[in-house]
Amino acid sequence: MENKQTPLGYISFSVFAWIVGLLIFFPIFWMVLTSFKSELEAVSIPPSFISFDWTLENYAEVQERSNYFKFAMNSVILAVGSTLVGLVFAVTCAWAMAFNPTKRTKNALLWMLSTKMMPPVGVLVPIYLLFRDWGLLDTRFGLIMVLFLMNLPIMVWMLYTYFKEIPTDILEAARMDGATLPKEIIFVLLPMAVPGIASTMLLNVILAWNEAFWTLNLTTSDAAPLTAFIASYSSPEGLFWAKLSAASTLAVAPILVIGWFSQKQLVRGLTFGAVK
Amino acid sequence: MKRVMGAALGALLAGGIAHANAETKLTIATVNNGDMIRMQKLTGDFTAKNPDISLEWVTLEENTLRQRVTTDIATKGGQYDVMTIGTYEVPIWAEKGWLAPLDGLGADYDVDDIMPAIRSAVSKDDALYAAPFYGESSMMMYRTDLFEKAGIKIDGRLTWDQTLEIAQKLHDPDNGVYGICLRGKAGWGENMALITTMGNAYGARWFDEEWKPTFDGPEWKTALDMYTNILGNYGPPGATSNGFNENLSLFNSGKCGMWIDATVAASFVTNPKDSKVADKVGFTESPCAVTCNGANWLWAWNLGIPMGSQKVEAAQKFIAWATSKEYLELVASKEGWANVPPGTRMSLYKNPEYTSAAPFAAKTLAAIESADPVNSTLKPKPYIGVQFAAIPEFQGIGTIVGQQFSAALAGQSSVAEALSAAQSSTDRTMRKAGYY
Repeated sequence: MENKQTPLGYISFSVFAWIVGLLIFFPIFWMVLTSFKSELEAVSIPPSFISFDWTLENYAEVQERSNYFKFAMNSVILAVGSTLVGLVFAVTCAWAMAFNPTKRTKNALLWMLSTKMMPPVGVLVPIYLLFRDWGLLDTRFGLIMVLFLMNLPIMVWMLYTYFKEIPTDILEAARMDGATLPKEIIFVLLPMAVPGIASTMLLNVILAWNEAFWTLNLTTSDAAPLTAFIASYSSPEGLFWAKLSAASTLAVAPILVIGWFSQKQLVRGLTFGAVK
Repeated sequence: MKRVMGAALGALLAGGIAHANAETKLTIATVNNGDMIRMQKLTGDFTAKNPDISLEWVTLEENTLRQRVTTDIATKGGQYDVMTIGTYEVPIWAEKGWLAPLDGLGADYDVDDIMPAIRSAVSKDDALYAAPFYGESSMMMYRTDLFEKAGIKIDGRLTWDQTLEIAQKLHDPDNGVYGICLRGKAGWGENMALITTMGNAYGARWFDEEWKPTFDGPEWKTALDMYTNILGNYGPPGATSNGFNENLSLFNSGKCGMWIDATVAASFVTNPKDSKVADKVGFTESPCAVTCNGANWLWAWNLGIPMGSQKVEAAQKFIAWATSKEYLELVASKEGWANVPPGTRMSLYKNPEYTSAAPFAAKTLAAIESADPVNSTLKPKPYIGVQFAAIPEFQGIGTIVGQQFSAALAGQSSVAEALSAAQSSTDRTMRKAGYY
């Protein structure tokens, strides 16, 4: 069907899209702006927009008080580690469900998703006790396991949706040519599902990066990621907004950069199959 | 691809398991406030005196810290060697046997110098279970210039009725000044801290001698009527969102005629770097009503050691250092007397250098000395605590009641409805918990 969009329609749509985009981006912009203000400026009413004394003292204070790179490295290890481990399980699981479904596949998928509906605090004490007994408290390995299990249902669901779009005939042809199951998955299925896998990985990295319940409750210092770094700058008594904004800016910067450069892949993957 | 993935996974897992293990590394959980951050910066003094002990700081926001250390101590997780805990937790945890008694602080620690009210709040059977790092009560901060302009003079301790009259006179929202700023944000440590002191002043108490809630009595009705009237009519708009920090920024930007909150705020509002009204602030006691008993709260952040810690000796050495008189002198020598952690040691308030550097010192001392966690109500009560009841159920109860009172302030329910809801929800919880 030919797209008959009028210039007026195009302009209105663009303006609307820009407004939505700016609205979504505004909190991040405000956070970055606040990080360059003094504590008094940060809470002043009415707030100053650009005309204030720009300062880097909050960043200096954050650098002096915390070892940013240790927290950032932990975040990278947890996000990437949980994603890679999750991928191994999710690809095989989604393959089985997409290409060899049984009458209970749909129920199994829904059941997996239902585990996400339970508030994490409901299992805090049992998980904490297991971690204590297995010596996993404040270890990156333990957190990778928890984050991977937490995001596994979403990974399986996403990959299942992508795999369903791939014609079964191609896999059958590979089998006819003598491909074993691992070869069929690694050399035939995965290359065709790259956009879907990439967006699943990216989404999982973002979810693991932002996860703040388990990462705060199961770590103290050695495995603490950037969520713990941010949490250390919030205070119930005293002015802290500017320093907290500086810490938050530093914490989201890496993921913002990755998201910016991979946005095409991310959008392509997330809308994969949605328009068919 | 297979090999790369395998290698990456192996490296990640190995990296995850690898875990530094210092012999006498003390992990200290603490809140993020100026005094604690200052202590972190000064730990070089401690490690120089104790080269065999290293310190690892875990700084968290208050609510996160509370949840984190409670989980750890209740499950004997052993993640922390020293914990920063409030006066609410100390008696409960000491009773449960979760805290190690502090019996090795050293001969020169001078435990008798600790303020009696604070000391009793962190002791059980005369044994110290946590050492106070800083203490606070509540008091009124007011704008001397606005008082002068309105011809108001404070003569003796104010009552809530007088405070209401003053708020009416000062309230000038057209010029950006609100009569009074008070906590409105729901929470046991937020609005309920203030409202409980108001209730105490009006002769109310949380529980009677049989642990039954008393929100159906006339005292609470009068107190809550006053709270919703004074803050609803002469406070800033959107007061239900205001906690300590929001009111601090309002006061510092010159928008509050009066503010009743923690004594620790005094150093913030008089600091010209943070406050536009630094040279126009006066201090006086929290208002009374039918009694002054419990009209101002008592709180302290304390350092305690979880029972079962393998590093009790090193942890006691650290606590003795951080809560000693020498530490106060160390802070004074590096950052000035105005920045020493207040409210724990009597000797600090006898020090002329401190009292001249901190003009609010006398009022802070008077407020802390007058707050008695055991006798804080007009009628007898079965619990310890001025602005809270030191029982495990209180956090939940206090937060629910706080939400109901916040709804009354917002006009979503009447005072009578809020009190009735508070009575029934508290009664239900106390019954379930087996108090009666």
